Amino acid sequence: MNLQFLVDGLLSGAMIGLGAIGVTLTYSILRFSNFSHGDLMAWGTYATLMVVGAITALFGKVAPLAPLSFGWPLIVALLAGMAFTGGLALLLDKILFRRLRAKGQMIIVVMASFGASMALRSLLEFLFSSRPAYFSKAIQIAMPVGFGIRITPDQIALLALTLLLVTGVHVLMTRSQIGREMRAVSQNIALARVVGIDVTRVVRFTWLIGGALACVAGVMIGVLVQIRPLMGFDMLLPVFAAAILGGIGSVPGAVLGGLIIGISEAGAVQIFGAEWRAAIAFIILMAVLFIRPIGLFGVGER
Amino acid sequence: MEFVAYGAFFLTTALIFSLITLGLNLQWGLTGLFNVGLAGFVAIGAYTSAILTTPDDPARIGGFGLPILVGWLLAMLAAGAVAAVIGAATLRLKSDYLAITTFGIAVVVQLVALNAQGLTGGPFGVGFIPRPFGALAENPLAFNLANLGVVAVVALLCYLALEHLSRSPWGRVLRALREDERAAISLGKSARSYRIQAFALGGAIMGLAGAVQAHFIGFIAPENYLPTLTFQVWTMLIVGGSGSNLGAVIGSVLVWAIWAGSGAAVSALVPTDQQARAAALQIVSIGVMLCVILLVRPMGLFGARPKRPRPQAVSEGEGRA
Amino acid sequence: MGRSVLTVKDLVAGYEPGVPIVRGASIRVDEGEIVVVLGPNGAGKSSFIKAIAGLVPVSGGTVLLDGDDITALPAHQMVRRGLAFVPQTENIFPLMSVEDNLKVAGGVLPRSEVQPRIEEMYGLFPDLRERRTTAAGNLSGGQRQMVAVARALMVRPKLLVLDEPSAGLSPKFVSMVFSMLTDVRMTGVTILLVEQNAKAALAIGDRAYVLVDGKDAHEGVASELWNDPVVAELYLGHRSAAPEGGRA
Repeated sequence: MNLQFLVDGLLSGAMIGLGAIGVTLTYSILRFSNFSHGDLMAWGTYATLMVVGAITALFGKVAPLAPLSFGWPLIVALLAGMAFTGGLALLLDKILFRRLRAKGQMIIVVMASFGASMALRSLLEFLFSSRPAYFSKAIQIAMPVGFGIRITPDQIALLALTLLLVTGVHVLMTRSQIGREMRAVSQNIALARVVGIDVTRVVRFTWLIGGALACVAGVMIGVLVQIRPLMGFDMLLPVFAAAILGGIGSVPGAVLGGLIIGISEAGAVQIFGAEWRAAIAFIILMAVLFIRPIGLFGVGER
Repeated sequence: MEFVAYGAFFLTTALIFSLITLGLNLQWGLTGLFNVGLAGFVAIGAYTSAILTTPDDPARIGGFGLPILVGWLLAMLAAGAVAAVIGAATLRLKSDYLAITTFGIAVVVQLVALNAQGLTGGPFGVGFIPRPFGALAENPLAFNLANLGVVAVVALLCYLALEHLSRSPWGRVLRALREDERAAISLGKSARSYRIQAFALGGAIMGLAGAVQAHFIGFIAPENYLPTLTFQVWTMLIVGGSGSNLGAVIGSVLVWAIWAGSGAAVSALVPTDQQARAAALQIVSIGVMLCVILLVRPMGLFGARPKRPRPQAVSEGEGRA
Repeated sequence: MGRSVLTVKDLVAGYEPGVPIVRGASIRVDEGEIVVVLGPNGAGKSSFIKAIAGLVPVSGGTVLLDGDDITALPAHQMVRRGLAFVPQTENIFPLMSVEDNLKVAGGVLPRSEVQPRIEEMYGLFPDLRERRTTAAGNLSGGQRQMVAVARALMVRPKLLVLDEPSAGLSPKFVSMVFSMLTDVRMTGVTILLVEQNAKAALAIGDRAYVLVDGKDAHEGVASELWNDPVVAELYLGHRSAAPEGGRA
């Protein structure tokens, strides 16, 4: 067996994991599964692409940071895209989800997120058409690193970025006051209020983090694969499966779940062929639901 | 004449949609089970019946040439069985897990339809599906009217059966379970089996709808069963009003009229190179419509009054004290 | 008699509009006191105290804390005004460590005061210092009440309000909790509590109110109330009934 699948799995696992962090946070803090999360990924990617375009228009072609395929414009654009996607998530909450939450039927919120997902995705198709776009047309040479494994500089950079972000989110959740407040709200929202936590602020923060990470996951797909309006929606099943496998509410669980699913997918692709990739996430999901529905790091059904 | 033929065609399609919507109404409107992958169940029904009733085809398994009615029956059985398995896996958990799993099943069904070429014909789909009254195909008017008659009878039977069921003790238990999650939990196992039954029956109706449509069109392909279908049917149910079988039927006809009408307008008015974009905008507007109805009139046209909120909301209220 | 910390006048409150559970109750709590609210089952004790803490919608009357009108403020602002509430059940964050339970409540304080205040709490409850890294949900019932009270005290409240602190505890822990409350009072905290366990509560209380049918029916010095025939008639006669179901 060719070990290259480990690198591919690690990369797609990183993308899935970053998406799953957002899903797991919105689920544990706002108590609904957000079907529009994948489309936030796609919107973040297109926003980043737009900013890269704007920078190129202003400053001319910028040389990439060798040996990477992209230069500083992508880094600046990614930051802008993260802010944009966080803002978009906040906006959706303000005009749609918050009002439905106030009515108290959480499953209606899930349904609304499904409707919003459809609308968001089709709006991208309207604006940008369904033709794929790319951050860079350059082709990178993969470097051999032993055991028959090859990896490109872009892939190394993005894995490092994922590691950085995941560590950052974990430290934020466990060490900062807002992180403690988020955990408090997810465990007992009534008590959180009694303790003096401003739940509205916690909710806002949750959307910002979830949206920003969705954008990073989307841009990773954009850099390594391609940019399409459906790119996020296609990630939704593995992302949900990763969040459930890891245990809803657990950030490390979401990332580990993402890696497990990513690597299993890559392994299965070698055996069964790429066209069956999407079935792996479903099989893992069903196995988790039958065997251990609270997931790896879950703490009981709420 | 041509207008009548088109009218019959339109109504047939709308009534097939209302069959799916009736199945969804049993799952969601009556029982409160959230199915985001109904396109998958419709596809299972369509492919099952198609594989069983088509003439032998060396390119794929199946082609058993069975009678249409046998195909329809087994289509219901297959879709219902898949629904029952999913129900058994997820109905002991929070409702979101069912939503995610049904979403997943639709993805997998789509995958199988697309890739298991030896069974489903892959991207090319299955053709030569026998059509009831195929002999009349020379005369579009008679053919469309005959089809409409068949579909109308199936839809009417389904409607009457569901009305009867929802008034029966069985239906009352389902409603009670939907209204009060805590009662449902305290009933434990038997509550779960009621819900699995409702979910399976709903799935079977969706499968039947898929089969009926397959035999009406005569040809099926994976792209008939994309998430857009799920989304259309949900909009139909929400517009009509979840909980009401009549609402499900009227909502289906209404939303299909809007969909087909705006689709016709797009193809008539928009230049060819822009049609894909216009179609995307069509979906955007339906998505916005769904959200607006949920916000403004969640009971739809004919639905029951909204249920009293559970104290689980994150914004107002005191939450779980 | 000291300065009034809490003055509740003619409070009307209930979950559904037009169906008040609390119907014009008035009480006063003075600085440094322990005041107990007693009452038969279903008298609305729990709703009364939750209405004061902003957890049950208020439709009439006023609540003054140290002269400030805090009537019907959202629950999360009560803490900032100096009223700390300890709910009857689910009053800790079970998956967070003891220390994180205290830290999260310290969000209201200036940042530099949080750690010193936690040390003060460990001084008051030495058991908690030993279990500081344990998930609060893994503690014993009595220790959980300690976490809940310490968490409420983090913000140096003017008034500590407790909803049936002895509910569901074994007799050993009940006496532990009440002796803990007297310790807390020694540090100068004013306390208002609702109790089902009248005997234990009156033993530590200064004054008590008896709530009947959502109204204050009787007031008195705690030590005398236990022997008061009116109270016996109003309340103690019902003592054998099942514990209050409450609107949880």
